[in-house]
Amino acid sequence: MKRHLISAADLTRDDAVLILDTAEEMARFADRPIKKLPTLRGRTIVNLFFEDSTRTRISFEAAAKRLSADVINFSAKGSSVSKGESLKDTALTLEAMGADGVVIRHGDSGAPHRLATSGWIGGSVINAGDGTHEHPTQALLDAFTMRRRLVGEEGAALDGKRITIVGDILHSRVARSNVHLLSTLGAHVTLVAPPTLLPIGVDSWPCEVSYDLDAVLTKSDAVMMLRVQRERMNAAFFPTEREYARRYGLDGERMARMPEDAIVMHPGPMNRGMEITAEVADSPRCTAVEQVANGVSIRMAVMYLLLGGSEPALSRDDTARTEENN
Amino acid sequence: MTEQNKTLLRGARILGGEPQDVLIEGGTVAEIGQGLRAADAEVVETGGAVLLPGLVDLHTHLREPGREDSETVLTGTRAAAKGGYTAVHAMANTFPVADTAGVVEQVWRLGKEYGYCDVRPVGAVTVGLEGKQLAELGAMHDSAAEVRVFSDDGKCVDDAVIMRRALEYVKAFDGVVAQHAQEPRLTAGAQMNEGIVSAELGLQGWPAVAEESIIARDVLLAAHVGSRVHICHLSTAGSVEIVRWAKSKGWNVTAEVTPHHLLLTDELVRSYNPVYKVNPPLRTEADVMALREALADGTIDCVATDHAPHPHEDKDCEWGAAAMGMVGLETALSVVQHTMVDTGLLDWAQVADRMSFRPAAIGRLEGHGRPVSPGEPANLVLLDADYRGQVDPAGFASRSANTPYQGRELPGRVTHTWLRGRPTVVDSKLVGAAGAV
Repeated sequence: MKRHLISAADLTRDDAVLILDTAEEMARFADRPIKKLPTLRGRTIVNLFFEDSTRTRISFEAAAKRLSADVINFSAKGSSVSKGESLKDTALTLEAMGADGVVIRHGDSGAPHRLATSGWIGGSVINAGDGTHEHPTQALLDAFTMRRRLVGEEGAALDGKRITIVGDILHSRVARSNVHLLSTLGAHVTLVAPPTLLPIGVDSWPCEVSYDLDAVLTKSDAVMMLRVQRERMNAAFFPTEREYARRYGLDGERMARMPEDAIVMHPGPMNRGMEITAEVADSPRCTAVEQVANGVSIRMAVMYLLLGGSEPALSRDDTARTEENN
Repeated sequence: MTEQNKTLLRGARILGGEPQDVLIEGGTVAEIGQGLRAADAEVVETGGAVLLPGLVDLHTHLREPGREDSETVLTGTRAAAKGGYTAVHAMANTFPVADTAGVVEQVWRLGKEYGYCDVRPVGAVTVGLEGKQLAELGAMHDSAAEVRVFSDDGKCVDDAVIMRRALEYVKAFDGVVAQHAQEPRLTAGAQMNEGIVSAELGLQGWPAVAEESIIARDVLLAAHVGSRVHICHLSTAGSVEIVRWAKSKGWNVTAEVTPHHLLLTDELVRSYNPVYKVNPPLRTEADVMALREALADGTIDCVATDHAPHPHEDKDCEWGAAAMGMVGLETALSVVQHTMVDTGLLDWAQVADRMSFRPAAIGRLEGHGRPVSPGEPANLVLLDADYRGQVDPAGFASRSANTPYQGRELPGRVTHTWLRGRPTVVDSKLVGAAGAV
């Protein structure tokens, strides 16, 4: 494993499978009465959030705490950052406080990369979403969810699985990370969106592109619906919300045409009635809530592997100690 | 004047030709020949260095007044002299904007006072670069600064009617409008070239069409009103095609390319290092090759640096927060040698054309861009073309260090620059020129 997790493109197939397998081990602890592991005791993790995202922040926070790390939450709002402090000075401050790992969410694409490569800090950097670039732990938790539902076997990848990602690809860091990771894991990825919401240059990505959801649905093992912001309408990306929902939204009728075991995924938060109807969102085929739970396991695995070493997640000693603690 | 009244260059290769001696006397080239003698002259053994006419930059940001933390007329003209320039056109996007005779005269006067390099201010086309109301172009033309080039550079004159009027109006005094071609709606929030790399990096794209559509409109407008238009920092293969077509029609269109667009591509943005953030953005390899070809065949008239100094903190940050621009005066000739001469696309006579004769002609700048011949002003630059070395911004005369070439090996080194016979650079070091005019 590398020292940082900036982009899903940096993960080899072995790296990715190791993270998924480690997350399975972590998940088993989530079912125990005491969910804590001592692995990162005495290590400090900073959640550096320049964008509001309570969901992602608490997922990382829960993951770090279950590994016994000390967690500092740093929100840019109301802090020195809102008074004009630069990313560099914020980073130097965190470094001086002895951060072993920095989880960063930032509105600018590339900010985590800058943090990791500029020499400002010595600790590990985990990208928790940067601009419209990447969100690698989201892709990992998506892959984890798919492997559980569609493969059901540890040590495996997603070879031959047909994954369809639908929605605002242009502005989606989730889509970028998923295209990299899922193709690394052997899946066939198809992106579906109106042409206005696909980036120029998408044809160089390791995936297929379609403008026609209905044509792709019947050949999908998983369909991932991305959130579409209503504001995009005002920038002429599509004519109206209703037209978008009709052409690219997933309703019960469309879901019924998917293969029997196919799942519906959503990274949340959902726009019910826009990209997904309530009927689909609340159906047993929709894994949205499961994805949230899996997110904690994945983030535990990532922090463990980046900060704790690359030996098996739970050494015999760790297991013994944990059981003593019980 | 002091003892440097006479200077004898021994064995200089004028425009890359055979070695000859050149005698400079009283601010002009006095004599050229073999085995010249002048007992009282300062002798420079050139060792076969290339002698070119002093370079002329059509596109320099000197930042004064207003952003003296990044550059001043003094530091910028010192950087220019070190780069082999004897004249620069100072862009108008200062604070206050150079949109009145008062501001352009101030900048011009500072350049004259320091004496490192002639400073010809560029006047803003519109008041405050706002694109709404024409600035007093005639007053700037008639001022002591003798403004001939007008530009809202940094911003595009995007209103077609304002552009038309500006093109028409400057005909009265043979001025030229230098357009920063950037359709603003297509580039709102743009961070880098739109293409394969921007798609992967998730940075908002600056599409080639945003440049090309404005150039297409403006060459048509220039043809319609019978004026001349100059295209700043042309950056795409498509722009080259449009300019080539316009020239084939006989329209009065000229264009410049920056050194960095002749060498660097958007692949460098993968580092997210803001030193590569520039406007127009770095394009693709295919664009770079098209620009080189166009500069070689004359479709693009000249090289202009778009020297854009920024303080360290404006580049030592995340990509989105960083300022756009690169310094270029002190590396331009080396980059042109590397991309155009060492590749066989241009010889030194053509370099003199693209970096001195033509920019001086476009700017209607007298006394510069002249042949190296007896009786001509001794605005000269001596280049050690065999030198190879790494770029080190610590040695820059510019106040800013935002160069994309740090650590890169480039050929060529300016050893001497003369402004009207007086040395501004000797042995690659600036010599005190302040106050001497």
